[in-house]
Amino acid sequence: MTPDDLAALWVTLRLALTSTLLLLLLGTPVAWWLARSHSRARTLVETIIALPLVLPPTVLGFYLLIALSPNGIIGAGWMALGGSGLAFTFSGLVIGSVLYSMPFVVQPLQNAFAAIDRRTLEAAGTLRASPLDSFFSVVIPLARPGLITAATLGFAHTLGEFGVVLMIGGNIPGKTQVLSIAIYDHVESLQYAQAHLLSAGLLIFSFLILFLVYRTNGSSLLRRENR
Amino acid sequence: MSTGINFRFRLPLGTFTLDAKGEIPSRGVTALFGRSGCGKTSLLRCIAGLEQAGEAYLSIAGECWHDSDKGFYLPPHKRAIGYVFQEGMLFPHLRVGENLRFGHRRTPVGQRSEDFDRVVQLLALGPLIDRSPAQLSGGEKQRVAIGRALLNHPRLLLMDEPMAALDRGHKKEILPYLERLHGESNIPIIYVTHDLNELARIADHLVLIEQGTILAAGPLNEMLGRVDLPIARDEEAGALFDTRIVHHDETYHLTRLAFGGCELTVGWIDRPVGAMVRIRIHAKDVSLALDPPGPTSILNVLPVTVLEMAAHGRGRMIVKLELGGEALLARITQKSQANLDLQPGMRVYAQIKSVALSL
Repeated sequence: MTPDDLAALWVTLRLALTSTLLLLLLGTPVAWWLARSHSRARTLVETIIALPLVLPPTVLGFYLLIALSPNGIIGAGWMALGGSGLAFTFSGLVIGSVLYSMPFVVQPLQNAFAAIDRRTLEAAGTLRASPLDSFFSVVIPLARPGLITAATLGFAHTLGEFGVVLMIGGNIPGKTQVLSIAIYDHVESLQYAQAHLLSAGLLIFSFLILFLVYRTNGSSLLRRENR
Repeated sequence: MSTGINFRFRLPLGTFTLDAKGEIPSRGVTALFGRSGCGKTSLLRCIAGLEQAGEAYLSIAGECWHDSDKGFYLPPHKRAIGYVFQEGMLFPHLRVGENLRFGHRRTPVGQRSEDFDRVVQLLALGPLIDRSPAQLSGGEKQRVAIGRALLNHPRLLLMDEPMAALDRGHKKEILPYLERLHGESNIPIIYVTHDLNELARIADHLVLIEQGTILAAGPLNEMLGRVDLPIARDEEAGALFDTRIVHHDETYHLTRLAFGGCELTVGWIDRPVGAMVRIRIHAKDVSLALDPPGPTSILNVLPVTVLEMAAHGRGRMIVKLELGGEALLARITQKSQANLDLQPGMRVYAQIKSVALSL
């Protein structure tokens, strides 16, 4: 692997980990609200979150590029808070990834939360647990398979991201160049050996984490039925 | 200031409105009784704070938990209650022991009134402690749920048809524990049920609910002896008597019970002479005769006085009789009533075919 490839690997892992963490922090309350609310705004929020599933990444990337620019909504706010420009930076990439992978995190969480019987939470309430206490001592443990799925999908999806990154992060080695773009570069310059190495690496890695998740969640489901 | 549980709730429920006001005694088991969908569970949920009625007042032993006029509402987790759901609702990710300790751990030490080991022993939970809820039978789950509620150190125990989801065998398994709880605990219990037999075994007071309103409320014996209430029309209607064992007849394997100057002979009861036994005489098991019958296979023929009568559909009557100072109910046909020309104040003979025990 070239030093640039190693740098791309490091940027990719950092991006995927940071985004997954933020996705879980932001996605959990949103998913909880979606699973429990009867508000009319629910459908609207659900639609917005699901948009990246169908939207071409370039469209999302294009609007983000505008929003992140020093004059854009997000960019201007960021500058006002003392930050420097967001476009073509790692922070910008994180924002893009979080938005782009949100449905992959929110949907499994929402399903897991919705599957919890309301009365189980009422039982916790009658046993002196405040709503926040119930959330951590009952909801989170019961939603664990959903949490694992959400984290994995968020992580894996961020790893494979291409379009949004290219639009808002560009292709700066060591800063914003991620594996998927490095592969594209290698192919463009006919370096098939390096492209193979990185592609196979991503393929095997993605296969392994998905396999592990399905095995963990699948077997825990089986165990529950056998009891 | 009242020592009991005072409440007033108004809460729309689909086709009708729960509109209930009353007082529940601070001792013993009070049953909320009524048909499915009459609002009895909603009333219980209002008391627990799980349902927040728009117009509401609730105080327990003078301490206010809910007063909509003052905008005061204590959420469930701040009320010292124990709540037993129909299906137990144990936490599936926690073992039985951890389920039992859920509320216990969250109760300040100074407010703990129950002893962990005593509750485990009362409900025979010892062998279950390390199991997961998925490994328990329906009856075992309910026992754990009752234990978990008790270990929340409640000032008020609320039970929502805790046996409704159980089959006959498992009900039999739970009932003795409920009766023990009744005998050994001094926490007031509010118990929702639509089963008259279940209620007769464990309740002391009865609150009768119909279409969201309280139809009548009072001590159980009194309520079960009334002919003007819908419970008198129930297939299982019958009067309750608290009796004492006075004699065992070993030859014929029979036991004699006494109450209010009357004696009844029943099948052998395996308890010592002097023990108190609550019995129930179903209205359908009592027939009436004007004269003392001649030789008969029926062991219990007792002189009674007709107090009141009420018709209840399809040619049947329910007759309230006085027996040893208490009310005995008999169900007869309207034709028999005409044949015997039964009138209030008449002395007749009640033939009791069988006696149901509720120890």
